[in-house]
Amino acid sequence: MSASAVALTLIFGTVAVGSFIGFYVGARYKMDLEQWTVAGRGFGLVLVWLLMAGEVYTTFTFLGASGCAYSRGGPALYILGYQPLVFVVSFFIVPQVWEVGRKYGLQTQADFFQVRYRNKYLAAFVALVGVVFIIPYLQLQLTGLGIIVEVASSQGIGRTPAMLVAFALVAAFVFASGVRGVAWVCVLKDLLLLAAALFVGIAVPYIYFGGVGQMFAALLRARPHHLVMPGTTPNLGHAWYVSTVLLTAVGFFMWPQNFAASFTAKSGDTLRRNAVVMPLYSITMPLMLLVGFTAVLILPGMSNGDLALLTLVRKTFPAWFLGLIGGAGALTAMVPAAILILSAATLFVKNLYRPIFAPSMTDDQVAKLARIMVLVITAVALFFAIHSSTTLVSLLILGYAGVAQFFPGVVLGLYSRRVTMPGVFAGLVAGISIGAILMLGKRDPFFGLNAGFLGLCGNLAVTAVVSLLSPIKPSGLDESFPESAVP
Amino acid sequence: MLKRPSFGSLLLGLIPFVGTCFSVSLWDRIYPLVFGLPFNFFWLTSWLALTPLCMWGAYRLETRRDPESQPPNKGADAA
Repeated sequence: MSASAVALTLIFGTVAVGSFIGFYVGARYKMDLEQWTVAGRGFGLVLVWLLMAGEVYTTFTFLGASGCAYSRGGPALYILGYQPLVFVVSFFIVPQVWEVGRKYGLQTQADFFQVRYRNKYLAAFVALVGVVFIIPYLQLQLTGLGIIVEVASSQGIGRTPAMLVAFALVAAFVFASGVRGVAWVCVLKDLLLLAAALFVGIAVPYIYFGGVGQMFAALLRARPHHLVMPGTTPNLGHAWYVSTVLLTAVGFFMWPQNFAASFTAKSGDTLRRNAVVMPLYSITMPLMLLVGFTAVLILPGMSNGDLALLTLVRKTFPAWFLGLIGGAGALTAMVPAAILILSAATLFVKNLYRPIFAPSMTDDQVAKLARIMVLVITAVALFFAIHSSTTLVSLLILGYAGVAQFFPGVVLGLYSRRVTMPGVFAGLVAGISIGAILMLGKRDPFFGLNAGFLGLCGNLAVTAVVSLLSPIKPSGLDESFPESAVP
Repeated sequence: MLKRPSFGSLLLGLIPFVGTCFSVSLWDRIYPLVFGLPFNFFWLTSWLALTPLCMWGAYRLETRRDPESQPPNKGADAA
């Protein structure tokens, strides 16, 4: 067998084992909408941890972080900076979101807006924005899968056919397993990724330089400015760092899939304890950055940094090892992709299509249509993945610029009675417009600041002003949280 | 409306934000190297462990305030 054949066989073997776990777990439960989307709300600490971690470790961790460290240098530290802050933010809002979710039987993020602001058009708009910004994140996962197969086959299989195979696998996986199957495959994927990160992050600098410290010393001699901001970029300095870290820290749990993942928990306390320990889980991030920094000296001049990790592994280790790493990477793309598709399909059907166009649909019909949407959404992301060459980190930041705009509506909605439906609606439109205008006009970063962050600032201002100008309506959360509960 | 988090736990939550985000111009430097790591890289990595410490404090404050959200029996919570 040739080296590429060995590597590819191992990759597909790993994917097959992962898919089997998903199908097996999924097949044991009858799949109605509640089971498919929130697994009957029965997950304890361990499974919620895995499901949330499943969404922390994506292809971005695997290929994007090292790619960013390779091609941008210092600014890649933002990835390390925002990780712990995500869980600080979640500590203060996710248990509360869970509580509302349990009380009203919420399944999606848009459900939350529906219950709090009592307006189906706002909920439908939230669903639409969620689906639109899930697409680039899904595109990121499919591109990652394509890169893995491309590098493992020594460029013998093109990225487009590789992504077509990935598309079929992911869609089949989602159909069969729902969220319960996905959570269990996370176990396998996270173990593999952790092992890969520990091994590659430590071993590769050791093999070439005799240790991590020696690698940094060599890098400092050759590229003294690579490791501090703005690194190799002209304009990603400290202002960009602060604005991007804030945007992503508040944005993480605004991703529809992460927001909905909290509904799978058994108790709010589970989520609070989760938030305390989760930053430790990000220990793979510095290791992945080490790989990227090492690649700067070993593989200079690569045009696409996202290929750095796998190319480095291919150059350093035997083919079977590349196969194992590639298999771990493939699962790391497939599992989050499945979660993303599941969330987008449910949002589209449950909060956009049914309330606006077909109010008489039954839950069974909703579940059926959701499965058709799985194919449609994946196909759209595949189309973009094939026709664009954006780096993984750019796709990630684009997605965050969109979903972070939900933050004012969620947080103010939880804690303030003064915020109104027109305020949140106008703020959301303003935030997305500002971000879109700056990004499409190539003005990102704008005076050193992240465009999505500026959108969020505009969003907050508009939400506040319009809320103050519009009449107060009773909050949808009030009946079950009577006045006496307010301190 | 939901109960707002206590001032103390919000303050504890602010510490990681100051440490890893707002103070960037103070720690974004190479030297002094720590265990051979550039200072900025070492600093951010250590916050992966320091943040849970802060939030553990916040957790203690929040659960003491609200007896209903005391952790349930350990056995009942296992997945």
